[in-house]
Amino acid sequence: MTTGATPEPSATASLDKPAPPGPPPAAATGDKGPGQGPRLVLGKLFDLHTLSLLGVLAILCVIGAITAGDQFLDTNNLQLVLTQASVIGVVTVGMTFVMIGGGIDLSVGAIVALASVWCTTVATQEFGMGGMIFCALAVGVGCGLVNGVLIAYGPMVPFVATLAMMVSARGLSLEITGGSTQMVTVDSVLDLGRRDSYILGIPPLVIIFAVITALGWVLLNRTTFGRRTVAIGGNAEAARLAGIAVKRQRLMLYALSGLCCGIAAFMLVVLSGSGQNTNGNLYELNSIAAAIIGGTLLTGGRGTIIGSVLGVLVFTLITNLFVLNNLESAFQQIATGAIIVAAVLLQRRSASHTT
Amino acid sequence: MNMPSGLGRRGLLFGGAAAGAGVFLAGCTSNESNDDDSDGAERNQAASNEESGPDVTIGFAGPQADHGWLSAINEHARSRAEEYDDVTLEITEGSNDTAQQIGQIESLINSQVDVLVILPADGRSLTQVALSAMNAGIPVINLDRVFDTPQAYRCWVGGDNYGMGLNAGHYIGEQLKDVEGARVVELSGPDNLELTVQRTQGFDDALANYPNIEKVARQAAEFTVESGQDVMSGLLQAVPEFDALWNHDDDQGVGAERAIDQAGRDEFFMVGGAGSQHVMEAIQADNTVLKATVLYPPTMAASAIDLARACAQAKGIGGLAEFEIPSFIQLYSAVVTKDNVEQYLPTGFN
Repeated sequence: MTTGATPEPSATASLDKPAPPGPPPAAATGDKGPGQGPRLVLGKLFDLHTLSLLGVLAILCVIGAITAGDQFLDTNNLQLVLTQASVIGVVTVGMTFVMIGGGIDLSVGAIVALASVWCTTVATQEFGMGGMIFCALAVGVGCGLVNGVLIAYGPMVPFVATLAMMVSARGLSLEITGGSTQMVTVDSVLDLGRRDSYILGIPPLVIIFAVITALGWVLLNRTTFGRRTVAIGGNAEAARLAGIAVKRQRLMLYALSGLCCGIAAFMLVVLSGSGQNTNGNLYELNSIAAAIIGGTLLTGGRGTIIGSVLGVLVFTLITNLFVLNNLESAFQQIATGAIIVAAVLLQRRSASHTT
Repeated sequence: MNMPSGLGRRGLLFGGAAAGAGVFLAGCTSNESNDDDSDGAERNQAASNEESGPDVTIGFAGPQADHGWLSAINEHARSRAEEYDDVTLEITEGSNDTAQQIGQIESLINSQVDVLVILPADGRSLTQVALSAMNAGIPVINLDRVFDTPQAYRCWVGGDNYGMGLNAGHYIGEQLKDVEGARVVELSGPDNLELTVQRTQGFDDALANYPNIEKVARQAAEFTVESGQDVMSGLLQAVPEFDALWNHDDDQGVGAERAIDQAGRDEFFMVGGAGSQHVMEAIQADNTVLKATVLYPPTMAASAIDLARACAQAKGIGGLAEFEIPSFIQLYSAVVTKDNVEQYLPTGFN
């Protein structure tokens, strides 16, 4: 959890250094004026997208209560849904930053695989839980930095650079495992996923997820880092003219996404008790889909952490409903596609109403 | 003047930390365990002690070994070939790309190997190149994933997916035959694979013999640990109590076991599929819900090498009366339990 805070110091450190964020940059950030009072905080937390997503979640819960009854309305099930959402949720927080900054990160799933594999090798496990966490985070940040350098200073198109990272990170994780499943033998790590380590009934993974979400929200809405991210995503050229170090900001966004992948990788290791090169399969698509139905624009410049997290919960809840009702996975995929389309259409409408 | 020196110090700090992290990471890629001596030849049964014959060059082409079962296939082929002093094995880098695999097989044909062993990434799309090998006079031993036409192979040897389901169903049926209203759960592989459909069909057909047993739930995972954990945790929530679980695949089973452990459930017994070393060790230890697994034996690669050698030397196989090797061999999916696990343990894959 201390690790989740690492992006913060750099953000706050950069607060006082470059051109003072006075009137000119404020003009660049455009729609989000600097002096919005606390009155608008609630409005920011629950905008129309978020409300419509909460509506979808409520409908899904009603469906669950009707069709699966006791099994659905069970604290065990709540713990289960939140736990299953936590890993992809943390990845999606990082993805949301990248997307708001006008980029895309196709390599998240592969980085999760590589980090989870790297931190479960026999050699790493000899260092215990600390060594495993360090390994996962370092691999994540390392891959993110490579992405960032290629994209910011290459310069390469994010789609291409992260596609290359996706392929090579998958290859490297296959090379390390040789295709076999690496079992975790460190007891403290295994225990972290068991019921005994729940704190006040909340699984540790869910707590990490909540902390990352909160930190992400603060970073996006309450720091210069967040405002710069929105600015370069909305109009990179205007942001550059306003004195924002666009390249450095891009670099840090991909490093942040990599860090989130590293955290998620360790969480997945706790959850599954192993590391495998197939880990993180389709995370890139699932996290992009969750961010999009959460109201993040593919073109950048707009998006919310809360929306993305709700998007993740919608998908996890759908899976949960299908499994509880013993329905075929084929229908689940169809339903997921339909929900993406419906959510985005709904947002289009609400967006055109507000503007 | 202060600024640059401050930056320099910070740069040094970050650089040093990064270099240290890099060194640490590089040291952490090893998977060599200090007490690991279960390698190579020991994992096979003793090769047939036939007299050595004329020298044989066997070309081997398989898909990318991206999961435990496929790596075991390569290992069994390699170690079996090493046991014969008259066999040279030319093994290609595994590939899931059809075009690449075709190219590899063509180069094996051009280098005039005596016989080919092919496990196609996709049987249908590699049929043509196998046909051209046969036409060039190089017999093809088709391993597991079958070609479109029998003309494309001299001999097919592979596993029995339907039989896997059948044997899993019969094992569970026999265990539960005295239990009134017994409830069974199935955790299958990906529904878009034909082998999953066959396994489920066999399982259902076997359970149909036991009217007291009802299959109360079936959900598909993706053959990955992650999906196994995900789907199984949902299944456990959906079915508060049941008597037996069949999991199609021991790789995804690692995740399923984890979910069972996390839910703290143990009122049922679990039967695996494929036969990983981890599962066999659990069966032997007998302290988890895992009580059995049905094999999809990777030793078939060793058998394919034997068949290829016999074919090239124009011999039959020991124990059969014929003068030549058969054209079609389907392996039995044995049920491994605590009683016979010792025998099968050396064939378990990682």
